[in-house]
Amino acid sequence: MHLLAIDLWFILEKAILVFCIIGLSFFIAMYTTLAERKVAGWLQDRHGPNRAGPFGIFQPLADGGKLFFKEEIIPLASNRILFLLGPALAMITALVTSSVIPWGAPVVTASGTIPLQVADVDMGILLVFGVVSVGVYGIMIGGWASNNKFSLIAAIRGASQMVSYELPMGLALIAVLFMTGSLKMSEIVASQAANGWHVIYQPLGFIIFFICALAECNRTPFDLPEAENELNFGYHQEYSSMKLGFYLFAEYINMFISSAIMATLYFGGYDIPFVNEASWGLQPWLLSLISFGVLMAKIAVFLFVFIWIRWTIPRFRYDQLMSLGWKKLIPLALLNMIISAAVMLWLK
Amino acid sequence: MNIIQLLFWFLSVLAVFSALMMVTSKNPVYSVLWLIGTFFAISGHYILLNAQFLAIVNIIVYAGAIMVLFLFVIMLMNLNRETEPRKNRWLKMAGAVAGGCLLLVLVAALKETAGKEQFAMVNEGNIGLIRNLGKELFTTYVVPFEISSVLFLSAMVGAVVIGKKD
Repeated sequence: MHLLAIDLWFILEKAILVFCIIGLSFFIAMYTTLAERKVAGWLQDRHGPNRAGPFGIFQPLADGGKLFFKEEIIPLASNRILFLLGPALAMITALVTSSVIPWGAPVVTASGTIPLQVADVDMGILLVFGVVSVGVYGIMIGGWASNNKFSLIAAIRGASQMVSYELPMGLALIAVLFMTGSLKMSEIVASQAANGWHVIYQPLGFIIFFICALAECNRTPFDLPEAENELNFGYHQEYSSMKLGFYLFAEYINMFISSAIMATLYFGGYDIPFVNEASWGLQPWLLSLISFGVLMAKIAVFLFVFIWIRWTIPRFRYDQLMSLGWKKLIPLALLNMIISAAVMLWLK
Repeated sequence: MNIIQLLFWFLSVLAVFSALMMVTSKNPVYSVLWLIGTFFAISGHYILLNAQFLAIVNIIVYAGAIMVLFLFVIMLMNLNRETEPRKNRWLKMAGAVAGGCLLLVLVAALKETAGKEQFAMVNEGNIGLIRNLGKELFTTYVVPFEISSVLFLSAMVGAVVIGKKD
């Protein structure tokens, strides 16, 4: 089926994959909100939400419905176009990064191989960094367009925090790239399946990457842009209804995607640990399904750690945040990079 | 029309349109956002030329870092449509004539160049992939590359010296 020399089957295949991944992101983000409240309840020795459905499993639907039906307020003094653009940008940048993550082993069918990855581009992980660096605009535009000084301060804080923590993140990543020799996500996973997970060789790099991921997602202890005791409610203070919902949801999607990226970069992606799954002789689709389940399990562990940290560690002060990023993490990441480079050179 | 041509025309129109909007919009924040749109369109062109590394670095450095600083300055100085200084009409016309002259000179200079029949190699060639680009930079062009990195380092040190409180 060709139209204008475009292979429509290819586009259809990718479109289905994109819809599945976006739906999955929304679903996981929904239930992460419930998990957050349940884990918070557990850590604080109380029940958490348990009224909507058995064990409160319909709570996210109720929350979403409430956000939809709330009154929509656009402040008169705000810049209307940019006020609407802010949450949309936050959501788009949160969703785009999922395109390069390999979600499972490729499905081999009689008519060809279907990769469970939207785009296996040569720039793989750099594309994620590109989108993350653009993710600042959702916060900045929303905060500025609200025409509220607290929103503006929070937006500037958030943007400078994200720009600062991108640097140690990138430096920690370079050490991983020394080991794989490729930026392709599929090759990063394949090299870990062959040589063991990167977290074994790069424990310091992983810790730096994880701290930076916390800061990039604006999660506690780095949730300075939403520090309610200093800035009322942060950059989304003037937002109501589903526009606020978009900001909050984008944060949970960012958590999900960054967990997926950490699992892929350091914990073998969809690789099943300790076994050689190719020798089982299973159906290819079943193997893909199992590998997808393994990746999801790794992501779930990361999401739990994110939530656990939020309800355990108090918030940093802003100068502490900046000094941690620039004076401690960047030198550590540079050291990690130099040592990795020297060891790689020595081994070769 | 194949998909490459469709994308080429889409990106070209997007680049020219957002560049024009960036120059003509009254609000400085809009100008910055349109400029970011232009960078994205140009990155799309790089991808069509299979220069993927250049495309991503263009987004990370220009759209993701430099434009954020522009936006910081504009937002903190509260430059709005009202505070924008009214420019003289003759000044605007002079600007348009000067820009037009530059365009004319560029077109006239490029019109007679050799190899204008050559079109850009679209969707082929792999020098833009990171492996080949890195090999070239660290073998053939290693001296200019290192000199430019020293230049960057000195600029960074200079920025820290200027920014430091005494």
